[in-house]
Amino acid sequence: MVASILDGIFNGVSIGSILLLAALGLAIVFGLMGVINMAHGELMMLGAYTTFVVQNIFKAIGGPLFEVYIFFALIAAFIVAALVGLLLERGVIRYLYGRPLETLLATWGVSLILQQFVRSVNWVLVFGLLLFCVLYFGGQWVVKRRADFERIKGWSTTLLLFLSGAIALVGGNIVASTYGLAATQPWFGAQNKDVTAPAWLRGGIPIGNYQLPSTRVFIMVLTVLCVLGVYWFLNRTAWGLRIRSVTQNRNMSACLGIPTRTVDALTFALGSGLAGIAGCALSLLGSVGPNTGQNYIVNTFMVVVVGGVGKLVGTIVGAMAIGIADYIVGTGILANLTNIPFLKDFFTFFATTSMAKVMVFALIVVFLQFRPAGMFPQKGRTVDA
Amino acid sequence: MTRLFGRRKFMVYGSAALGASMLLKACAPSTTTTASSPAADSSSPGASPAAAGDGIKVGILHSLSGTMAISEKSVVDSTLLAIDEINQAGGILGKQIVPVIEDGASDWPTFAEKAKKLIEQDQVVVIFGCWTSASRKAVLPVFEEKNHMLFYPVQYEGQECSKNIFYTGAAPNQQIEPSVDWLLENKGKEFYLVGSDYVFPRTANTIIKAQLAAKGGTTVGEDYLPLGNTEVAPIIAKIRSALPNGGVIYNSLNGDSNVAFFKQLQGAGLTPDKYPTMSVSIAEEEVQAIGKEYLLGHAAAWNYFMTVESPENTKFVDAFKAKYGDSRVTNDPMEAGYISVNIWKQAVEQAGSEGTPTDLEAVRSAAYGQEFAAPHGPVKMFPNHHISKTVRVGEVRDDGLFEIVYSTPAPVDPIPWNQYVAETKGFACDWTKTDVSDPGKFQI
Repeated sequence: MVASILDGIFNGVSIGSILLLAALGLAIVFGLMGVINMAHGELMMLGAYTTFVVQNIFKAIGGPLFEVYIFFALIAAFIVAALVGLLLERGVIRYLYGRPLETLLATWGVSLILQQFVRSVNWVLVFGLLLFCVLYFGGQWVVKRRADFERIKGWSTTLLLFLSGAIALVGGNIVASTYGLAATQPWFGAQNKDVTAPAWLRGGIPIGNYQLPSTRVFIMVLTVLCVLGVYWFLNRTAWGLRIRSVTQNRNMSACLGIPTRTVDALTFALGSGLAGIAGCALSLLGSVGPNTGQNYIVNTFMVVVVGGVGKLVGTIVGAMAIGIADYIVGTGILANLTNIPFLKDFFTFFATTSMAKVMVFALIVVFLQFRPAGMFPQKGRTVDA
Repeated sequence: MTRLFGRRKFMVYGSAALGASMLLKACAPSTTTTASSPAADSSSPGASPAAAGDGIKVGILHSLSGTMAISEKSVVDSTLLAIDEINQAGGILGKQIVPVIEDGASDWPTFAEKAKKLIEQDQVVVIFGCWTSASRKAVLPVFEEKNHMLFYPVQYEGQECSKNIFYTGAAPNQQIEPSVDWLLENKGKEFYLVGSDYVFPRTANTIIKAQLAAKGGTTVGEDYLPLGNTEVAPIIAKIRSALPNGGVIYNSLNGDSNVAFFKQLQGAGLTPDKYPTMSVSIAEEEVQAIGKEYLLGHAAAWNYFMTVESPENTKFVDAFKAKYGDSRVTNDPMEAGYISVNIWKQAVEQAGSEGTPTDLEAVRSAAYGQEFAAPHGPVKMFPNHHISKTVRVGEVRDDGLFEIVYSTPAPVDPIPWNQYVAETKGFACDWTKTDVSDPGKFQI
C-alpha cells in the first residue's frame, strides 16, 4: 500500500516535471515577453534531433565516452535551439512585437517550415539554400554600397532575387546529378529516429515490487536544475535584471539606457534554448521525429495559462497540478478510494487515458472560469497595462 | 517600432521568402527524379508531358507531409519501385506507366479532394494509396461515386468490402487471429490490450476479446491512448496492477506512442520474459525508429518480414536498396504496395486493355484469381477483393530485424467480415455473385 502510494506520487510528480521542463522555455517567451510562439514545439524537436546527431557521433567514437553522451547532447541541444531561436527572433518576431495575432500565424508558419525542413533536408537543399543566401544577401550588400541605391532598389532587388534563385536551383541540380544518392538522400527523412539512452539510464531503481525508471529520475533532477538555473539567472544576474525590467516596462527601461533589442533577442534565445534542453531530455522517453514538438505544444500552453502568465512559480505549480491530476484520474486511484456506487462508476468511467484527458481539460475550463488569469496572476502595472 | 518595417522592406523580404520557398519547392522534386535510376527518366512524373499522352497514368495517393508521412512515404517508394521495374521490362501492353503522385497531407478531407482530382483531372486508370482507415473511409465515397479503383496496401480492421477497393494488406484473420492463437499456445492466457484511440485498435480489440472468450483466454484490462500521446506512465501502472505476475500485452498502438510505450516499459522493468508483447503496427522501419535496444525479444505479427528467405524477397530487397540506399529496410505495407502494382498489371494484361474508366469492369473481373509470387510467398486475389497471405510471427533480434518464430504452413484465405464479432458473424463478400442483393455483404 505504502509502495503504491509512493509510486503514485512519484509518477504524478514525474509527469508534472516533464510538463514543466517542456513549458519552462515557453513560460519565459510567452509569460515574460508575451510572444505566442507556436514554433516552441519545433524548437524542442530540433533539440531532440541534435541529441540524435550527438548520439551518432559518440557511437562512432565508441568506448566508455558513449555512456555520457547525453550531457554533451544537452549542451549541444541548448546551443542549437538557442541559435535557431535567435535567428527566428531577428528574422521574424522582432517585426511583430505587440501584434499577437500576426505573431501566432507567423510562428505557426515557421513551425510547419521547420517540420518539413527536417523531413526533406539533404546536401542538395543545404547547398542550394546557402548558395541562394550568399548570392542574394551578398548582392544586396554590394548594391547598397552604390550611390544610386535608392533609385535602383526596386528592380535590382527583383533581379537579384530571380538571378540568385535560378543559380541556386541550377547549382543544386548539378550537385544532385554529380553526387547522386549521396547528395539527394535525406539526412533524417520522414521516419522517426531512434535515440537510445546510455545503458545506465535504460534500467530502473528497484524499490520493493516497483521499479523507478532511471530516465524519469534523470528528468526530474534536470527539471529542478533548470528551474534553479532560470531563477538564478533572472534574479541574480545583471542581464536577468534587465530582462525583468524590460518585460515590466519597456519604454521606461529604454529611457534608462537598457538595450531593449538585445534584451529581447537574449530572452527569446534563452527560452528557445530551454526548449532545446527539453527536447533532448524528452527524446529519452518519447519519439524523435518531425512531429515530436506537436505532441507537447498544447500541453505546454495549457501549463502556462493555468499557472498564470508571467510568473514562473505559476508554471511550476500548474505543471505539477496537471501532472498529478492526470495520473490519479487516469489510473483509477480515485475510483478505488470511494465506495459510493455512483461516484465509483463515475471515476471508473474516466479511468482510461483518453477519458482522463477529457476530465483534466474539463477541470481546467472550470478553473479558468473562476480564475481567468491563472493560479498566480500578475499584479500591478505590467507591459500591457 | 512598426515604422522600421515599411512597405518597401516588407515587399523585399516578402519576395525573398517567396523566392526561398520556390527554391525549396523546386529542390524537392529534383531529389525524387534524380533518386530514381537514369533509365527511369522517361517515367518520372511530369518529366515530359508528351510521355503522358502514350503512357498509362496511375495515381499514387499517400501522405508525404504531416504525421502519417513517417509511414506512408516508404510505401510510395516501393510502389514507385514496382512501376519502375515494369517500365524497364517494357511496360504494360507496350505502354509505359506514368505515376501521378498526390500528397494527402495526413488530412482526411484532403485525401478525398486529391482522389477526386486524380480521377477527374488527371484521368488516372487506378489509384494506389491510403494508409489509415480514416483516410480510406474518407475516399471511399469518391471511389464509389466515380465507380473507380483503389488498391489499399495496409493491414486493417476488416469489416469492409467495397467493389471499388482492392485490399492487399491483411484482414484481421490474416494477422490478429493467428497471432492470438500463437500467444495462447506459447506465452500465456491473460491479456492486457493497449491501443491508440481510433477505429483500427478498437475494432481489433473487439475481435481479440471475442476470440479470447471463445478460446479460454482472459482479458484483464484494456486502455487507449489518444494518437500522438506520449505519456504512458498511467497505462504502465495499470498493466502492473492488473498483471502483477506477468502476462501478455497485446499492443495496437500506432505512431509516436509506440516509441514512448516501449522506452518506458523497459524503464519500469516490464521485460519481455515476464511481459511479452505482441504488436501489429511495428515493422522493420519502426524498430529502427524506436531503437532496437528497447525492443529485443518483443514480438510482432505480419505477413512479410525483411528476413523472409525466398528468391523473390532477395530480389525485392536488393532492388529496393539499390534504388533508395543501403540503410533502408523493407516492411509489410511496402511489400503490399509492391504486390498491388503487380496484381493490377497482370489484371490489365489479361483484360487486354489499359483500364480506361469505361472498361474498369474488365480489369476488375480479370483481377479475380490473379496469382503472384510475392516476396513473402504466393498470393492470390479473391473475389472478395482481398488476397490470401501467409501469416508470420517474428521476434526482434540483435540487428533490428525479426527472427521468424512461426509461420502458417500455407497462405490463409481472407475473411473480411469477422466471424468472431456478433454483428458480422455469418456474413461474406463475393463480387462475382449475382444472385444476392448486396454482393459486398450477404448472409451465407
